[in-house]
Amino acid sequence: MIETPAALRPSVAHERAKSIMPSSESNTTPLPTFEVSNLSIWYGEKPAIQDVTINIPSKTITAIIGPSGCGKSTFLRCLNRMHELIPRTRIEGKVLFQGQDLYSPGSDPTVVRRRIGMVFQKSNPFPTMSIAENVVIGLKLNGVRNRTLLDERLENSLRMAALWDEVKDDLRKPGMSLSGGQQQRLCIARAIAVEPEVLLMDEPASALDPIATMKVEELIHELSAKYTIVIVTHNMQQASRVSDRTAFFYVGKLIEFGETTEIFAAPKEKKTEDYITGRFG
Amino acid sequence: MQATAANHAWRKIKSALVSALAFVSAILVIAPLGLVFFYLVKSGASSVNWDFFTQLPKPVGVVGGGMANAIAGSFELLGLAAMIGVPIGVLGGVYLAEYGSTRTNSLLRFIADVLNGVPSITWGVVVYGLVVLRFKGFSAYAGGLALGFMMVPLIMRTTEEVLLLVPNGYREAALALGVSRWKTIVHIVMKTASKGIVTGILLALARVAGETAPLLFTAFGNRFWNHSLSEPIAALPLQIFSYAISPYEDWHRQAWAGALVLVIMIFFINVLVRFLTRDRMANPT
Repeated sequence: MIETPAALRPSVAHERAKSIMPSSESNTTPLPTFEVSNLSIWYGEKPAIQDVTINIPSKTITAIIGPSGCGKSTFLRCLNRMHELIPRTRIEGKVLFQGQDLYSPGSDPTVVRRRIGMVFQKSNPFPTMSIAENVVIGLKLNGVRNRTLLDERLENSLRMAALWDEVKDDLRKPGMSLSGGQQQRLCIARAIAVEPEVLLMDEPASALDPIATMKVEELIHELSAKYTIVIVTHNMQQASRVSDRTAFFYVGKLIEFGETTEIFAAPKEKKTEDYITGRFG
Repeated sequence: MQATAANHAWRKIKSALVSALAFVSAILVIAPLGLVFFYLVKSGASSVNWDFFTQLPKPVGVVGGGMANAIAGSFELLGLAAMIGVPIGVLGGVYLAEYGSTRTNSLLRFIADVLNGVPSITWGVVVYGLVVLRFKGFSAYAGGLALGFMMVPLIMRTTEEVLLLVPNGYREAALALGVSRWKTIVHIVMKTASKGIVTGILLALARVAGETAPLLFTAFGNRFWNHSLSEPIAALPLQIFSYAISPYEDWHRQAWAGALVLVIMIFFINVLVRFLTRDRMANPT
C-alpha cells in the first residue's frame, strides 16, 4: 500500500477542505472519527432515527446491522449529509466529525462528502466513462488537472481496490464492461481516489456473488488500515467477519453497540440476541 | 364437452377478428405517409434539379429558376431558432428535472404543455406585435424568434424526460465524491443523457422546419437573397405556400418540388435521430 503523508498531498481541493474545516491537531488520545449525540431524523412527519448516541473510533470497521427499515441506511447517510438529497428531511442532535460539527452553518456538504466518501449497494460506475475516467472523475471535477498526479492516483486507487491487475490493460474500456464484483471494486477505487478520511458503505456486497463478496470483504479489511469504515449490512455473518465493532439498530433506535465479538457471543440486550439468532428480522 | 368446443371456436374467431382490425389500423397509419411521398415524388420530382438548389426564383412568365434562397433561408431561420430554443429549452428541462420543487414543476409542466398546444400562427402574431411593429420591419430575427419560441417547450419537456431517465445512483455517486451539484448535473447527468437531449433538439428542429404560419408576418419571405438578418428572409414553407396559391402552372410544379425537398430534409433529421438513439434501443442503460 502506498502512503503519502497528508501534508504532502498536492491537492487543491484538499487544501480548501482544510481551510474550511481545519482538522484539530493531534492529541495524545486520538479523537473518535464520529461523535454522534442525540441524533434524530424525520422524513416529513415520519421519524427514521430517534435519539441515537454513538462514538465511532478512528481506523476501525464499524458494522451497522438491523432489520429492513430500522434506519441503518439513514444513519449512515447522515454521517456525510447524503440524506439531505431526500426532500423534507429534518435533523436534530449533533454529529461531530473529528471534533467539528458536520451540521454547523459554516460546514459545506460538498466538502464534507469529499472527506467522507461513500460506496453504494448497487454498483454505479458512470456509463459514459472508461474505467480510468471513472476512477479519476472525482479528482477532475474537483479541479485536479495535473496528468502525472491523475495517473498516479489512478494506479494507486485501483491497486488499493485490488483491481489493478485485472484491469491494467483495459483502462480505456467502459466501466460498465466489468463484472458486477469488479464494478463494485471500481466504485470503491473511485471513492478512495479523492482520498477521503472515512468510507461509508451501504450494503456494498449485497448484490454480489459469494466469491465477489469475499474479495470485497478482504478489501474492506485491508482498507481499514488507512480509513475509518462504517458498513451497513443485512448479512450478520458479514458483520461478524469484517467488523471490529457492531451497532444494532431497531425501529430507528440504537439498541446495542460494542465489540463485534461481544455482540455476537454475549449480547446484553434481549432484542439483539433475538435478531442475531434469527428469531426475527 | 360440446359447449367448450363451441366456446373455443368462438374464441378463435374473436382473436382473428381483433388481429385483422389491428392490421387494418396499422395500414391506415402507414398509408398516408406512403400516399404523401408518392404524390410528392410524382408531382415534384421532375422539378427537383440542379437549378432548383442554385437559382433564385424567376419572375412570372419566365420558366425555370429555383428556391436556393428559400433553402438557405430555412437553414438560417433554424439556426436563429436554435440559438433561442436550445439554451432556454435545455436549461428549463434541467430546472424541471433537477431543481424545481413539486409545486413549481407541475405549474411549469402545465404551462409548457399549453404552449406546446398553442396554434403556431399565434406565435407569429405575438412576435409580430413584439418585434416587427417595434422595429418597423419584417426580419429574419423575428422569424427565428417565432420558431425559437415554439422550440422552447418542446425541448424543455424532452430534456426533462431524458434527464429523469438517468438513474439517481449516478447523481448520488458523484455527490458522494464531493462534486458540487451543478458539476454533477453538467458532467454526469447531462453527459449520460446527452444523446437524448440532442435527439429532443433535432426533433424540435424537424417540427419547426415545416412551419409556415409563424413566418407569415415575421420572416415574411423574400424573392431574393437575404443580405442582412434584419431584413425579410425567404423560407421553404413560405415559398411553397406563396407558389401553391399562385395561378401559374410552373409555380405549382416548383411548390411540389419544394414540398418534396422539405419532406426529405425532415426525413433525414429523423434518420439522424434514429442513428443517435440506436445504442439506447440495443442496450438500455
